[in-house]
Amino acid sequence: MAESAHQETVHGGSGLKSDQVSGVILLGLALYIGWLNREFPVGSLAEPGPGYVPLLLAIALGSIGLLIAVFGGRSAPLLGIRWPEAGRAAAILIACAVTTLLLERIGYRLSVAVLLVFFIGVVERKKPLAVVLVAGGFSLVSFYVIADLLHVPLPRGPWGF
Amino acid sequence: MLETFHSLMLGFSVAFQPEVLMYAFAGCIIGTLVGMMPGLGPLAGISLLLPATFGLNPIIAIVLLAGVYYGAMYGGSTTSILMRIPGEAASVMTCVDGYAMTQNGRAGPALAIAAIGSFFAGTVGVVGLMLLAPTLASFALRFGPPEYTALLLMGLFVLAYMSGGSMLKTLAMAVLGLLVGMIGIDAMSGYTRFSFGIVELGDGVGIVPVAVGLFGISEILLTAGQAEPPKVQQPSLRQLIPSGEEFRRSAGPILRGSLLGFMIGIIPGSAHIISSFVSYGIERRLSLHPERFGKGAIEGVAGPESANNAAATGAFVPMLALGIPTSPVTAVMIAAIMIHGISPGPVLIQEQPELFWGFVASMYVGNVVLLILNLPMVGLFVNLLRIPYAYMYPCILAFCIVGVYSVSNSVVDVVIMLLMGGVGYVLRKLGYDLAPVALGLVLGPMLELSLRQSLAMSGGSYGIFLERPIAVTMFVLALILLALALKPLIFKGKDWRANVGLEDQVD
Repeated sequence: MAESAHQETVHGGSGLKSDQVSGVILLGLALYIGWLNREFPVGSLAEPGPGYVPLLLAIALGSIGLLIAVFGGRSAPLLGIRWPEAGRAAAILIACAVTTLLLERIGYRLSVAVLLVFFIGVVERKKPLAVVLVAGGFSLVSFYVIADLLHVPLPRGPWGF
Repeated sequence: MLETFHSLMLGFSVAFQPEVLMYAFAGCIIGTLVGMMPGLGPLAGISLLLPATFGLNPIIAIVLLAGVYYGAMYGGSTTSILMRIPGEAASVMTCVDGYAMTQNGRAGPALAIAAIGSFFAGTVGVVGLMLLAPTLASFALRFGPPEYTALLLMGLFVLAYMSGGSMLKTLAMAVLGLLVGMIGIDAMSGYTRFSFGIVELGDGVGIVPVAVGLFGISEILLTAGQAEPPKVQQPSLRQLIPSGEEFRRSAGPILRGSLLGFMIGIIPGSAHIISSFVSYGIERRLSLHPERFGKGAIEGVAGPESANNAAATGAFVPMLALGIPTSPVTAVMIAAIMIHGISPGPVLIQEQPELFWGFVASMYVGNVVLLILNLPMVGLFVNLLRIPYAYMYPCILAFCIVGVYSVSNSVVDVVIMLLMGGVGYVLRKLGYDLAPVALGLVLGPMLELSLRQSLAMSGGSYGIFLERPIAVTMFVLALILLALALKPLIFKGKDWRANVGLEDQVD
């Protein structure tokens, strides 16, 4: 699906290229991992310690990141990449994070119903009756199938619901 | 040969048990539905169903998940042909000529040829698996830590080389995955690494939250804002029958796609995706009228559909024979088997013949089930596509959350899934392939253990890898692939992948 990104980019133009930036980010990440790895003994070649392989991998990641940045001059300009769905994507992630926090507090059925009401009612602005039917129906039926039929334990709220 | 036949009979005695048959059927139906839903490919489908298999016996668990895998491959082709929406990535090439055939009023034959090609390819794949896996497993009994280190490294290089995009980017993602695999308690020293004080990370990062986040959530983040889906055609049973000319033109691509797909499937990487691209490119090259491609050539449906289904089966060969996943899907399936205390690998076929041969036989059965399902019931299945995406994606998100949570009843896993979803979204925007991350995560601990054991065996000398013929051969292969991949980067020229239809993906 890498092609989807390419389809939405406009090649040519000056400024920073996407691969140059992503390569530098990977290099930075490798340096950070190397710094974190200082807590673990690297050991010797005959007895490699817990820090040995992570150090090798951090070096590999940094080197590849550097190569991506160096050879990234022909990639798409960073500013050419469009992010039209970024706002909605952020909303989705935040709503899912809130649902996750609620999951063990108010139980599966209520938290999933809240999630669906938010998306279908607030984000997608569907009719209230449809929102109630889908949110209520989905949370109850899916709980029945997953927890009761398939015996997968799902969290219940303080009211046993 | 006689022994194989007897073993297969044992497999059929397992596969024809009513309970196994029922789960194979259920897996195929669930998989077909999952494959048709944008955002829920085979990987997400298998990951989400994983908790439901905990209470099942291992044979039934793997038969159910394999059914989902196959079904999703079939389901993806239906949406590609009827709506130009690839339910999963391997069906992208089917969109091109499949949808063009729909526009030309030939949706029925396109669906029929896709189903027949998938059935034939699936059967070829199962025969290949049956013959190749036991041989490979007995060969792998000679492997020690140095051979496994070489094999895993070679696998990562093959993955990078076969990937559609830039080799450097693919390698970067594989290394990133290997680093994520380092999180948690080190098996050899007991140190807890990179856990940031989070107790749940002591056991490491699971494949399911990473896979669902990278593939399922990131897909939804990319597509959530899309408009209502287009109208869906529902061909009748009579309209499904291809003409004699269409049958004749499809025979070669189905045969070639089946053989090619199986061979690519054994190699690490997103084999089913790559095989469909390669098959399409080859069929276009071999055609006397390549100009027909893109305008409704049935060969453009028959070849890729056969190839991706054969590749799906081919991927089970290294999984069952070596215990090494070659794709995120097989990584999740290995996790599913290991939950039941069974380790896939060279001794699996000897120690668990019922599981291996039952699985092989159930794949035969699954192929027949899917052929029966896909053709007459296509009209029923496409009703799912009438559900507006505004209702569908919130439900898929809820499934993702509950599926990941259920694996170990951990909220931390759900948070990891969301993080991976966000990371996957950004990486896809920047043109990075995500499959190597998931694969690296699974291979990371294996690679670390075998490398450290090899060094301990040799008293700290890397020369041990040059003293073992199997390891040397694998390293030489890895180096050749690296050199081939770097060639177009250094010398200006066309990459082979550009010649077989992957040009859009090659940077």
